Amino acid sequence: MERRRFLARAATVAAAPALLASTPPAPGALIDTNVSLGEWPTRRSWAGTPAQLASRLRQHGVTAAWAGTFDAVLHTDVAGINAQLSAACAREGDGRFFLPFGTINPLLPDWEDDLRRCHEVLHLPGLRLYPNYHGYSLDDRRFATLLAGAARRGLFVQISLSMEDDRSQNPVFTASPVNAAPLLDLLPKVPGARVMLLNCSSRVLGPGNPLLAKLAKAGVWFETATLEGVAGISSLLDKLPDLRLAFGSHAPYYYFEAALLKLQESPLTPAQLAAVRHGHARAALASA
Amino acid sequence: MKRRDFLATGALAATLPWHARAAQPSPAGEVAASAWGSAELRQLGAWDAHAHVGTPGATPAKRMEYLVRIADRVGVERMCIFMSPPWQYEPTPEQFRKSNDDVLAVLKEWSSRAFGFVYLNPTHTRASLDELERCVADGPMVGIKLWVGCHCNRPELDPIVKRAAELDAIILQHTWIKQRGKGNLPQESTPMELAELSARHPGVPLICGHTGGGDWSLGIRAIRSRSEIHADLGGGDPVYGEVEMAVRELGAARVLYGSDVHGRSFASQLGRVLGANLTVAEKRLILRDNLVRLLRPALKRKGITV
Repeated sequence: MERRRFLARAATVAAAPALLASTPPAPGALIDTNVSLGEWPTRRSWAGTPAQLASRLRQHGVTAAWAGTFDAVLHTDVAGINAQLSAACAREGDGRFFLPFGTINPLLPDWEDDLRRCHEVLHLPGLRLYPNYHGYSLDDRRFATLLAGAARRGLFVQISLSMEDDRSQNPVFTASPVNAAPLLDLLPKVPGARVMLLNCSSRVLGPGNPLLAKLAKAGVWFETATLEGVAGISSLLDKLPDLRLAFGSHAPYYYFEAALLKLQESPLTPAQLAAVRHGHARAALASA
Repeated sequence: MKRRDFLATGALAATLPWHARAAQPSPAGEVAASAWGSAELRQLGAWDAHAHVGTPGATPAKRMEYLVRIADRVGVERMCIFMSPPWQYEPTPEQFRKSNDDVLAVLKEWSSRAFGFVYLNPTHTRASLDELERCVADGPMVGIKLWVGCHCNRPELDPIVKRAAELDAIILQHTWIKQRGKGNLPQESTPMELAELSARHPGVPLICGHTGGGDWSLGIRAIRSRSEIHADLGGGDPVYGEVEMAVRELGAARVLYGSDVHGRSFASQLGRVLGANLTVAEKRLILRDNLVRLLRPALKRKGITV
């Protein structure tokens, strides 16, 4: 792609979050807050290209998708990965369907410049972090520094607590789930920080889980990809009505239809359904 | 809604195509239509091979009432139910009898929607055989559930398998492979052990619960050569590839939809079948027809027509 054309498309993408936040949602709007481009190293994918992923999501009514890239988990050329992700998202359709979420590894040299580029060069709406694969925990001071930097730049931060069931990982490619509890101490110390936890699983996303209630009170967002249980969404909202729970699929690692049917399985009020489908996601980016 | 009204509604609903009950002119209804893809599948009425009635409710029947209400939303018509909570890894005879009593109580009111499987612990062989008589030979149950009380390749299972075959009762054995087997519970079975059991009982149909769980690619390999073993897909994350591999390696006729509710959702487990790159005919087998075929001999014994 010519540089000028790329920059023009990137500008469109950069404008997308604000646009999404300010435009009234279509009645059937559906925002998937948890998709990834590429292939997970140990699995085949049903979406070999971003276009295939977008096609399947659109077929099921998704109107926008927040995209990271599986490459971000293992690659150390973070700036390159983020630029590729941004370009790939810009190439799809009119450049507004995928919202790119770049990654930062605060253990790498000069990660601060990666963060600067995400904001100033690529104009990304947010970051997606993989602490367990990048080698730090959430009580690491370097993470605190990163979170503060993201907050200063108005970047929304997604933290992936897991990528796959740790019971079934390939023995040479393992990562324990991230412990989210340190966020309870950290978030009050970082004004402006906005955080969504991805792939929480039942370790966090259980209706009776005290950690979930505390994180919710701290203003953390969550998504549905690994939410399980009978009528899981409504069961959770019955206990925590104010929970910021957005729709997420973890596609293409998971079958997208698994996430979609969760919306059907739970008896939700129209307001609850709208909040999960698009309301919380829009509010998350609008509050920048 | 009064209970009688609900039951009447439920009975009526059970006679309708599920999409006529669940689909609404709303985003939720659009979800149902989109996820199921074809009208044929939307009207199918799935049979779920793996369900636990641990949903909210003061009594077992009330818990089932809630489960049915949610099942109706996603097109699940019938469920094989077993192991009423609380669960014990290695239950005593008293404990598994109590669990089965709860399932019997459910069946009294919900036999139109549920099939009961008797929960046994083969470590207590004599008591398990007696319970098999009480609940299956002399009772309404049609299958057997074995969990993590005893490795399934142990000889204690042999008399249970023989009697099950005489009664046409299908056995569903839980299997999982955690950290390549190193993380399993002390008495937790693997698909490899189920294949050993099957080799001692050729021709006896068995269901491999979870098919090894997250490490399903090993589980599918382990049961591949035993044509009597069917793969229950339920209970793991809806990771892409499992369903396609199971159909490729075992054939669609050996693959079963199971949800493992209440711990899992119906949605995530249905979604993996509906989202798989398979024909409608293959999905139909997995979602319903294979389980109908496996249960038919036992149902016939009970005079149940489907």
